[in-house]
Amino acid sequence: MRRLILVFAILLLGASSAMADLRATVNALGKAKLDGLEQAVKAVAAEGGDASQRTLDALGEGNLYVRKSDGQVFIAKTDGEGLSLTDPVTGEAAGTAPKSDLSKIKINNALRRLLKAQAGGSALTSPDAGKRLSAAEAVFKSRDAASLPALEDALAKESDPAVKSALELARASALLASDRPEAEKLAAIGVLSATGSRDVLPALAAAAQGTGVVADAAARASASIETSLAYWNALQNVWYGISLGSVLLLAAIGLAITFGVMGVINMAHGEMVMLGAYTTFVVQEVIRNHAPGLFDASLLIALPLAFLVAALMGMLIERTVIRPLYGRPLETLLATWGVSLILQQGVRMIFGPTNREVGNPSWASGAFELGQLSITYNRLWLVLFSLAVFAALYLLLNKTWFGLQLRAVTQNRRMASAIGIRTPWVGALTFAVGSGIAGIAGVGLSQIDNVSPDLGQSYSIDSFMVVVFGGVGNLWGTLVAAMTLGVVNKLLEPFAGAVLGKILVLVFIILFIQKRPRGLFALKGRFVDA
Amino acid sequence: MRRMTLIAAFVIAALAILVPVLNLLVPASSPFHVPDYLVPLLGKYLCFAILALALDLAWGYCGILSLGHGAFFALGGYAMGMYLMRQIGARGVYANPVLPDFMVFLNWKELPWYWYGFDMFWFAALMVMVVPGLLAFVFGWFAFRSRVTGVYLSIITQALTYALLLAFFRNDMGFGGNNGLTDFKDILGFSIQAPATRAALFAATALVLATFLLLMLWVVGSRLGKVMVAVRDAESRTRFIGYRVEHVKLFAFTLSAVMAGIAGALYVPQVGIINPGEFSPANSIEIVIWTAVGGRGTLVGPIIGALTVNAGKTYFTGAFPDMWLLVLGALFVCVTLFMPKGIVGTVSDWMERLPRKPAADRPASAPAMEPAE
Repeated sequence: MRRLILVFAILLLGASSAMADLRATVNALGKAKLDGLEQAVKAVAAEGGDASQRTLDALGEGNLYVRKSDGQVFIAKTDGEGLSLTDPVTGEAAGTAPKSDLSKIKINNALRRLLKAQAGGSALTSPDAGKRLSAAEAVFKSRDAASLPALEDALAKESDPAVKSALELARASALLASDRPEAEKLAAIGVLSATGSRDVLPALAAAAQGTGVVADAAARASASIETSLAYWNALQNVWYGISLGSVLLLAAIGLAITFGVMGVINMAHGEMVMLGAYTTFVVQEVIRNHAPGLFDASLLIALPLAFLVAALMGMLIERTVIRPLYGRPLETLLATWGVSLILQQGVRMIFGPTNREVGNPSWASGAFELGQLSITYNRLWLVLFSLAVFAALYLLLNKTWFGLQLRAVTQNRRMASAIGIRTPWVGALTFAVGSGIAGIAGVGLSQIDNVSPDLGQSYSIDSFMVVVFGGVGNLWGTLVAAMTLGVVNKLLEPFAGAVLGKILVLVFIILFIQKRPRGLFALKGRFVDA
Repeated sequence: MRRMTLIAAFVIAALAILVPVLNLLVPASSPFHVPDYLVPLLGKYLCFAILALALDLAWGYCGILSLGHGAFFALGGYAMGMYLMRQIGARGVYANPVLPDFMVFLNWKELPWYWYGFDMFWFAALMVMVVPGLLAFVFGWFAFRSRVTGVYLSIITQALTYALLLAFFRNDMGFGGNNGLTDFKDILGFSIQAPATRAALFAATALVLATFLLLMLWVVGSRLGKVMVAVRDAESRTRFIGYRVEHVKLFAFTLSAVMAGIAGALYVPQVGIINPGEFSPANSIEIVIWTAVGGRGTLVGPIIGALTVNAGKTYFTGAFPDMWLLVLGALFVCVTLFMPKGIVGTVSDWMERLPRKPAADRPASAPAMEPAE
């Protein structure tokens, strides 16, 4: 028992003497002038432990004060008129004092950087892997050579692979800023350039200053990373182009089929897309209010509904406007433009002129990385969806009886009628199918674009361009045209800007039409125009 | 038809004198006084009438449905606008004697080369005719040579005007960007806001309309006019007979574009602003409905159509703004379905059905219109 008390007393003495040492070092912070502050900070940091970390944190945040009367250093926070004090060594409250009793210990930017590196240095050994990772990344960004020893220590003890690689990078970048021998620096450059990522460029740029083997190696590494980044960038633009192309494909394919069969351009086609998007909105509203759990399935529910809504509207238009004007395509154009105005204004009056919110279900949110490429899920699903629609249409046109009739009517309407095909029926059904596809295009587009009454207008001109460019009555023409226009548009964007790129594409199409007036994949055969 | 056109031209020329007199000389208390706000409004309607007449030449008589005629209108308007901007001189907000306000705002140091010469009226007047005409000529030459017709041509003209819309919206094109050109002070030395200037502009517009009406009467009455109608009704047949269809179409299209440009140039001083919105495809399609409502293929029809539809627009956008687009859409649908010949065509059809005593010297009626497409 007595031995226990003895041990206890010795421990207490030791602790208090250690505390006394710490207190002296901490108080040295208050005594030192700005030049000596760096030494004092390093001394406090060398002590290690929670107290030293607490003190340094407070110093960095500007909360460390020294009491003028006895030179004691405290952490102080504003408390009404005065300051409430905390003892940095014990962490306990130490009363309050008026502001005039204390003066703040000021630091400059160099000290701030040092404090940050110290903070990073101690967090490098924290038990939490997340903290270690962020500490490693902080040191990587700060490129502080002073943290090298701490880094190498931590590296030796590290077991988590993600943190280990972050530590390697941090070490490499700190090395470059230090005075270590050339061979080590060259090895560090190798480590950095192996990542091929944009983040290492500032470190390499700093090391490329001046002349010498190291500077040259750093410059070369920078250049090679930038070239590879340029390739990835182009690839990203190609991806955006494919995504845009799939959108154009969806919007234009119904138009191409209708134009092929009926010979009329439906200016209200964009409004069918808009109706599909608004159907999605209504479905989601109903689900939100009555069955919130079904939200993820909202798109699947909206698809057939949108098809039906748009197809019915298409049949209505065909009956009332298109059929009476058969044989007069220019007037049909005008009449369908009138219908589009009516539809737009109608929707505006019912739903309001502002954008309506259509949410992404959870399986279509977020993105994933492929190398340096960032691919969002909603665009990916849209591309797959449009290809699926294309495949379904292909099957419809080539493997069904209806498809056969449709192709016959497209090639030669009179002849098809003469051999017994009911051309008015085929026309009506084609129009319905074409409009229905526009409707489901609207469902897809609602995921990536704003849903407003003007949605149709923005895709109108683009759909026409795809149809004119690709030729009518031919699915492959539409596919090729849509993808080409999408990719060309997006590839031109970095060079010419979005607007100028669009203008150039339009001019290109106008010129292209001169060479091939009926489009890329024109229907072969004789056409009789009056 | 010929008699109706001559009467119309006479009426319009009379208006050119009547309205300014009623506005300037008749006191405000008299019921015959034409209020000050009405003069530029009527002038605007007459500019639209010229535009509709221009489209009628291309579409009604030659079968070229151009859905981008607004582009020529706007280009003429911009040429006049540039002249008016140069006339502002040092009276602009930034008080720069050479650079218009928007250029100072964009930190430009000197006038771009394409603005040179617009401080002289004769140059601006020339550009009003040359720029739309040249664009139409080049575009038409490429299009008609490749036998692009019908719906394809209409879509392409839409693309043309849309591309110009996008281009003129850009702030660094040097044409005022999305704000356009505005804040005009005077034209030919006369203040643009003064009632006398406005009356003079109205008179000028009316006289130009009357002149164009007579010019068109001459063109369609000539042999070239008959070939144009043949091209409209049966293009391949006309080509096989031996006429140069491309040249005929090119002539009609270019002349129509020049007329549209002049309409634009008269429009801008009366309205006080020109902005890229004039290039929008929707505007160009509206021109078509004016012509269709009035009666395409007649000369008086488009004028009546333009006046009626625009009067309706002014009324509806004031009284029932929500309804205007519905009315316009319904107008498109109903006119094409039920009144394909427009007001003038339908009226003259009724009049032909009335019993009349045969008269050997009755002037021949207009060629029967049967669109072959």
